[in-house]
Amino acid sequence: MAQAQAHHDEHPTGISRWLFTTNHKDIGTLYLILSLIMFFVGGAMALVIRAELWQPGLQIVDPHFFNQMTTMHALIMVFGVVMPAFVGFANWQIPMMLGAPDMALPRMNNWSFWILPFAFTLLGSTLFLQGQGGAPSAGWTLYPPLATQGGMGTDFAILSIHMLGISSVLGAINIVVTILNMRAPGMTLMKMPLFVWTWLITAYLLLAVMPVFAGAVTMLLADRHFGTHFFDAAGGGDPVLWQHVFWFFGHPEVYILILPAFGLASQIIPTFARKPLFGYDSMVYASASIAFLSFIVWAHHMFTVGMPAAGELFFMYATMLIAVPTGVKVFNWVSTMWRGSMTFETPMLFAVAFVFLFTIGGLSGLMLAIAPADFQYHDTYFVVAHFHYVLVSGAIFAILGGTYYWLPKWTGHMYNETLGKWHFWLTAIGFNLAFFPQHFLGLAGMPRRIPDYALQFTEFNQWSTVGAFILGFAQLLFVYVVWQAAKGGQKATSQVWEGADGLEWTLPSPPPYHSFATPPKIK
Amino acid sequence: MAGRAPRQPARGRNARVAERNRRLTAKLAAAALLMFGFGFALVPLYDVFCEITGLNGKTGRAEAETLAARVDASRWVTVEFTGSTAQGLPWEFRPMQKKLRVHPGQTTVANYYVRNTAAEPIVGRAVPSVTPGAAAAHFKKIECFCFSEQTLRPGEAREMPVRFVVDPELAAGVATVTLSYTFFNTDPAQAKRYGGDGQAPVVDHDQHRAHAGPAAAGG
Repeated sequence: MAQAQAHHDEHPTGISRWLFTTNHKDIGTLYLILSLIMFFVGGAMALVIRAELWQPGLQIVDPHFFNQMTTMHALIMVFGVVMPAFVGFANWQIPMMLGAPDMALPRMNNWSFWILPFAFTLLGSTLFLQGQGGAPSAGWTLYPPLATQGGMGTDFAILSIHMLGISSVLGAINIVVTILNMRAPGMTLMKMPLFVWTWLITAYLLLAVMPVFAGAVTMLLADRHFGTHFFDAAGGGDPVLWQHVFWFFGHPEVYILILPAFGLASQIIPTFARKPLFGYDSMVYASASIAFLSFIVWAHHMFTVGMPAAGELFFMYATMLIAVPTGVKVFNWVSTMWRGSMTFETPMLFAVAFVFLFTIGGLSGLMLAIAPADFQYHDTYFVVAHFHYVLVSGAIFAILGGTYYWLPKWTGHMYNETLGKWHFWLTAIGFNLAFFPQHFLGLAGMPRRIPDYALQFTEFNQWSTVGAFILGFAQLLFVYVVWQAAKGGQKATSQVWEGADGLEWTLPSPPPYHSFATPPKIK
Repeated sequence: MAGRAPRQPARGRNARVAERNRRLTAKLAAAALLMFGFGFALVPLYDVFCEITGLNGKTGRAEAETLAARVDASRWVTVEFTGSTAQGLPWEFRPMQKKLRVHPGQTTVANYYVRNTAAEPIVGRAVPSVTPGAAAAHFKKIECFCFSEQTLRPGEAREMPVRFVVDPELAAGVATVTLSYTFFNTDPAQAKRYGGDGQAPVVDHDQHRAHAGPAAAGG
C-alpha cells in the first residue's frame, strides 16, 4: 500500500504549499504551529503578570497595562492555543483514525485555518494602540459596563472574536461531516477511537455556542456604537443579561477546551498500560452527558449577581451532577492502568499527570459549585487556581502528551526521550509551584485581576512567580525536542509504541501525503 | 488535489459521499445560523422570564385604590434610600432621609433633593432599582419623580417626592429594603457633555429591566 501511494505525494513547494494546501496533514501542522507560537505569546503575557505580582505595590507595569495582559493572556490561551491545537490534532488524526483519505471539506479546511492568523494579528495589534486605550482590558469575559466603556481595543477584540467564531464553526462542521460520512466501511460509531468521539461531541458544542457568542459580542458592539441598550440600564437594558448570554456560551466552551483532552488521555493511557480502554461505552456516554449538562449550569459563574435561592440551588445541583460522568471517566482511566504493564514514556507521564492534576481541578470546581461557599471564593485566586488546574494540567498537559505520542508518527523520527522527560518534570513541578499556592491565596481573600496585593500574600505569590517562570522556560525545551525530531533522528516504526492500537499505526511513519486513498479493512 | 484518489475504483461511491457531505454541511450551517439567532432571542426570553418570575429587581407600581390594603402594624420594615447620578451628569442628587421605618401596608412619602449645577438646562430621568431583588415585586410606588422626565434650569434645585407602600406579602425574612435611583441625562444633543447616550431611558415600571444588585453599581 505504501508504494502505491508514494507517487501521489507531489505537492507545490515553498510557501504556496502552505497557503493553498487542502491536505489534512499540512493543515494539521499549520494549526499546531500557530498554537505553539501563540502559546509563547500568551505565556509571555502570563510572565508579565507574574513578574508584576512578585511583590506588593506597583513595580513593572501600570495597572491598565496589567489589565490588558490578563485579558489578552486569557483570550490568546483559550482561542489561540488550546482550540487551534485540538483542531490541529483533529486534522492530523481523525482521517487517519477513521481510514478516510482526507477531511470531508478540504478547501473549507484551508479557509478555517487561514482566518486565524489574521484574527490574531487584529487582536494582537491592539497592544500597539496604547494611545487609544490599548488592548482590551475588561477581562476575557468582557462584562459590561466595563467592556462598553473601553477604548477601540475592545472593538478590535470583538471583530477578531467574530473571525475566530467563523473559523471554529467551519472547522466544527468539517469535523462532524468527516466523522459521520467519511468513515471506512466497517468503522461503526461505537468502534471509533475515543479521541474521535470526544471531538464529535466537541464539534456539536462548538456549533451550538460559538454563534451565540458571536451574537453576544455583536450586541456589545451595537451598544458601544449604534445606540442600542442591550446591556445598559439607562436604556432599559441589563448588564446581567450579558453575563447570562456570555456564560451560556462560556460554560460549554470550557468543555470544548477539555473534551478533546479527555479523548487524548483515552488514547495514550491504554497504549502505555498495554490494555484496552476500560469501559469504552461508558466513556462515550459520559462525554455526551457532560456535553448535555454543560448547557444547564452556566449561572454557577454568577452566583453572586443576586439570583433567587431557587436559581442558586438549581445551578448548584446541576453543576454537581457533572461530577458523576467526570468521575466515571477518571475511574475508567485508573481502571485502565490497574494491573496494566505500564511504562512511563513522556506521553504517559503527561497523561498520568493529567488524570491526577485534572482531578484536583475538578474537586476545586466542586467546591466552587457550592453556592454559599462560592460567595467567599468568587473572583479570588481560588478560582484562578481552579481553572488553571483544569486548563493547564488538563488541556495543555493532554496537548503536550498527545504531541509526544504522535510526534514519531508525524515526523517519522523518535524524539529525544531524555529531554522529553526533563520537559515533563520541569513542566509538572513549575506548574504545581505556580498554581497550588494560589488556592491558599484565594481562600485567604486575594482578589484576582488586580496588580497589587496585601503584604501577607507576598510569600505565596513569590512561589507562584518562581513556578510560573520554570513552567514558561521549560517550554523552550519542548520546542527544541519537537524541532530535533522534525529534523531527524532514530527512525520510527509504523507501530511506534508497543501497545499502540488503531488505524493510524498501520501506516508508515511518517504517513504518506495521501493516506487511505483506498479504505482499509476494519477487523 | 491532484493526487486525491484518481484511481478510486468506486467512482459512484465518491459521488454519493460528496452529495451526502453537501447535504450534511448545509444542515449544520443552518444549525449554526439558528444558534446565532438564538443568541439574540435570549434577550426577549430573558425579559419574559424575569417578568413571569418577578426576578431581577423590577419594582411594582400601584394605583391609589390598591391602598386599601391592610396595615400590618405588628411588623417593621426598614426602607433605605440612595441616589446617584450617571457618569458626567452635573447634578447634585441625594435622598433627604437615609432610612425610614415603616409598617407593611402603610403609605409613606420620602423625598429626594436634586440640583442642577451646570450653566444650562438639562433633562434627566431617574431609573429605580430595589434590593434585595426578591423584595422588588413587593415594593410598590404610587407616585414617583421617576415616572416622568425632570427638566432643571441652571442652578435650579427641587425636592421630589416618592410615595410608596411595602406590600404585606413581603417575605417574612426581609427586614431591610433598599431603594436606589440613578439619574441619567436624556437629551441626545447633550449626550457628549453629560453622558448617557442621549436616548431616553425606558421607564415603564412594569417592563423595565433596570435591575437591582451589585452589578448595577458598576454603571
